[in-house]
Amino acid sequence: MTDLTNLGIADIRDGVAAGTFSAREVASAFNAAVEKGRPLNAWLVETPDHALAAADAADAARASGDLKPLSGVPLGIKDLFCTKGVETTAASGILKGFVPQYESTITSKLFGAGAGMLGKLNMDQFAMGSSNETSAFGDVISPWKRNDGGNAALAPGGSSGGSSAAVSARMAPGVTGTDTGGSIRQPAAFTGISGIKPTYGRCSRWGVVAFASSLDQAGPMAKDVRDCAIMLEAMSGFDPKDATSLDLPVPAWEKGLSGDLKGKRVGIPREYRVDNMPAEIEALWEQGIAWAKDAGAEIVEVSLPHTKYALPTYYIIAPAEASSNLARYDGVRYGLRDLPDGANLQEMYAATRADGFGAEVKRRIMIGTYVLSAGFYDAYFTKAQKVRSLIVRDFEQAFEKCDVLLTPTAPSAAFGLGEKSADPIAMYLNDVFTVPSSLAGLPAMSVPGGLDGQGLPLGLQIIGRPLDEQGVLNAGLAIEERAGFTSRPGQWW
Amino acid sequence: MSVDLATVRKIAGLARIATTDAEAEALLPELNNILGWIEQLGEVNTDGVEPLAAVIPNHLRLRDDVVTHDQTGGGIRDAVLANAPQAEHGFFAVPKVIE
Repeated sequence: MTDLTNLGIADIRDGVAAGTFSAREVASAFNAAVEKGRPLNAWLVETPDHALAAADAADAARASGDLKPLSGVPLGIKDLFCTKGVETTAASGILKGFVPQYESTITSKLFGAGAGMLGKLNMDQFAMGSSNETSAFGDVISPWKRNDGGNAALAPGGSSGGSSAAVSARMAPGVTGTDTGGSIRQPAAFTGISGIKPTYGRCSRWGVVAFASSLDQAGPMAKDVRDCAIMLEAMSGFDPKDATSLDLPVPAWEKGLSGDLKGKRVGIPREYRVDNMPAEIEALWEQGIAWAKDAGAEIVEVSLPHTKYALPTYYIIAPAEASSNLARYDGVRYGLRDLPDGANLQEMYAATRADGFGAEVKRRIMIGTYVLSAGFYDAYFTKAQKVRSLIVRDFEQAFEKCDVLLTPTAPSAAFGLGEKSADPIAMYLNDVFTVPSSLAGLPAMSVPGGLDGQGLPLGLQIIGRPLDEQGVLNAGLAIEERAGFTSRPGQWW
Repeated sequence: MSVDLATVRKIAGLARIATTDAEAEALLPELNNILGWIEQLGEVNTDGVEPLAAVIPNHLRLRDDVVTHDQTGGGIRDAVLANAPQAEHGFFAVPKVIE
């Protein structure tokens, strides 16, 4: 039998349904891969028993003819999702030992659809980072290596870096991610996998540790577009417990998949041709345009004039919301408490937060506190919300001329661990192509397009109109079919 | 606008993050770099532009004014206290706040 860990979600679902293999065999194979993959530091908690229990339920369901959409599929869960009875830390020391007494809406939907959990995935602390170097539990190491013989440890992207590493290293067929400014798409691009952030409001944020509430959105990361569609269907849907949840039916995205783009217009935003973009990224983008044409699409140039202001806007709004959301970590109700001798309540808060938060989290809380403080609120926060309106308007105008946008996902391939961590702004600039669509709440996905000269994956991004996940998935499929990307990292661990 | 050391200490105080002098000095150039970089928004003409309130049009729902019976609806004191660093007599316990 072929190694079951090479299979994706659709293959596992269909194979279990057909009786080609049992769900227990699948779960056992992935549990073993998780254990073997420990050198990558992708998992914070391993839950082999959860995966096996769901597998046994799936095998019983097959016997009784009662299979569910994800029966037999074991998944990795980003540690931002609260999972009942399983430690959830958002990769921060301040939540060490926190065991949720409830299940996030997304994980309960996935488990209700028959999926099992292999474990909780490492990430940037509170999802703040683009390289997975801000975790309190150590960096995740990408399974990919440059072909220069240098053996440098590379970033798997962030913040969903444990998630991207798990799929690309074949430790999980699919995983959950969350995307605030590109945290699904950039790690997917860095590791040669697919990932989609749906329209803001499609996936419930209830039980997901909050970073920036007007931006955070969960989504799937998997080997290919079809697997993303299957998982997204199971994750999406109205949730009365989340006030921003959209009360709309979930379309049958997998059924609607088609790589035929005849009659579709693919927009190329001219402002995404940024200075100093590597030639290989330019070339991949041109190749993506050619693939879209080959799939029958008409190519149109569009303009998103406020693109260059998206990052500074994001780095006001996201820290502002984070400073508010993270005020709840004070050592009273859960997580760490640091109570120096003779300290009063205020001193306990300050000591706990100084101890528990990492450097990047503190930096963002400080920026957020400053831009919201008396005298600066209008100059920074209100101004940023106005520019955000202009960024949304740019997209609305572009979508009068086209159906989807095609861009690179990131301005570079994966960089080495430690290469950018000394310069926060250099790190922030890595999200230049993903942040604008996050600010506008639009569905957007990354699919692998090819390898650079060093043998590292590069991703192409498709951005769609609000609620047009189908259009995004279809354009992604058209590119996937033509790119024929089958590269996988060699197993060196 | 750039911040000075006193402002960094003030922000740290507002953010309830204990900060040593050395940490405040290290944060000073970092914060100023980031604040200098976000200053570029000043170039954008936003006259007459409304600040964005909701990114996807949605309206706030009101639920029926009844006690809910789901897990957010009360009656779960032990679960609420389960992760508390210190819980006593069914309450969260904190250092004495009244002399």
